[in-house]
Amino acid sequence: MSIPADLRYTDTHEWARLESDGTVSVGITHHAQNLLGDLVFVENPQIGRKLRKGEECGVVESVKAASDIYSPVSGEVVAVNAELERAPQKINEGAYDTWIFRIKPVDSAELAALLDAPGYRKIIEAQAH
Amino acid sequence: MTPMKRTPLFEIHRAMGARLVDFGGWEMPLHYGSQLEEHHLVRRDAGMFDVSHMLVLDIEGDQAKPLLLALLANNVERLKEPGKALYSCMLNEDGGVIDDLIVYFLGEARYRMVVNAGTADKDLAWLEAQRAQIAPRARVAPRRDLAMIAIQGPNAREKTWRAKPDLKPCSEELGVFIGAACGDWFVARTGYTGEDGFEIMLPAGLAEAFWGAARAAGVAPVGLGARDTLRLEAGMNLYGQDMDESVTPLESGLASTVDLVSPRDFVGKQALLKRAPRAQMLGLVLLERGVLRAHQKVITASGQGTITSGSFSPTLNTSIALARVPVAVGERETVKVEVRERLLKARTVKYPFVRRGRNLVAAD
Repeated sequence: MSIPADLRYTDTHEWARLESDGTVSVGITHHAQNLLGDLVFVENPQIGRKLRKGEECGVVESVKAASDIYSPVSGEVVAVNAELERAPQKINEGAYDTWIFRIKPVDSAELAALLDAPGYRKIIEAQAH
Repeated sequence: MTPMKRTPLFEIHRAMGARLVDFGGWEMPLHYGSQLEEHHLVRRDAGMFDVSHMLVLDIEGDQAKPLLLALLANNVERLKEPGKALYSCMLNEDGGVIDDLIVYFLGEARYRMVVNAGTADKDLAWLEAQRAQIAPRARVAPRRDLAMIAIQGPNAREKTWRAKPDLKPCSEELGVFIGAACGDWFVARTGYTGEDGFEIMLPAGLAEAFWGAARAAGVAPVGLGARDTLRLEAGMNLYGQDMDESVTPLESGLASTVDLVSPRDFVGKQALLKRAPRAQMLGLVLLERGVLRAHQKVITASGQGTITSGSFSPTLNTSIALARVPVAVGERETVKVEVRERLLKARTVKYPFVRRGRNLVAAD
């Protein structure tokens, strides 16, 4: 599975994308959804909540297991993907096409400090052993 | 580390790209792509499971029946018709559950038992010890030469016959919970999903070909992940999770499978008669969003209980569970469950939750 070169990544398997309006979209990676299996429930952070980079801010839950979502950057939550309430499996169908929430970031350096695609690939490969 | 055991169908699972996991020491398919889709296919159409990891045991001889009368909580005396099956627990002296199993009467002093994969060695050792002591002329033969495939769903029987037409004459008339020998094969109208269908025991060497024929006939391969959500909806216990040697069948929702009426004595009977059940099993339906899971605490007005099995129910589109709770808890009571540090509301219900595709839990 190719890892999109235009996204940034965390070692906890979130991806982050800088949008044209300056907000950052956040989702979980293909690798993460594959480990979890069919998702049945996504718990989003509240709109307006102020998050610190690395803070626990939501949950993705599959039949098998629940997994916390950690915010890749600091900032205020400005939007959540309402589709996931009804259809959490959209993440399984296209992890990189399905954003979970959006943040207005406070420090652009944080995004740059995240892993790039090759860096994330190394993480996955290391975890496979 | 001991390598995992593999069934005769392992190469097929691998070739299909199944997600393989360790199940009781066996390398088994969790799913072939989507556990939820596989679950729905069984409720709506037909799906098949490789259950060859379970152990088939043939018990024969004039002392076969006395052995089973002495060891099983349910009464094999009720099996008069050849092929008739019985679900039973096998208990220890304290009334604790050693395993749950299905036993078929094959006729002429022959019985066939199917026991769980994870407990097979334990069951065999127990049977052998008891046989030596109380029924030395009985013979207990593990049948590792057989594979087992369960085909389940409203179209299961039809598609089984399409896959192998010569199974039809000998299995067409089978009522529920009865099996028949079809040449070397054994076809039983039993299952672990709450749907109609067959569990088929066949020579191991023929398993791959039959699996392929069933696929061609439109039966979808289904993994153990869906097997678990299906059996939970159907209100069927999973040994090792819903019960084990530390609890009695009366504390596990299985009172109807224990024969305390006939004068027959069996291992564990005295313990059951002496001790009132210390808990009961009830179903739970989660009233909020989330997923109930095993070991979560259940808080009731009558004291604390524990979830033994919990999951998401694809058919009901909500989370359900089996829970061991105090005897005083009633049905349709609102309780709280500790889910990941929050207290969520759930309702106690009688189970099964789903049978033959129908939602049995009335919405409120």
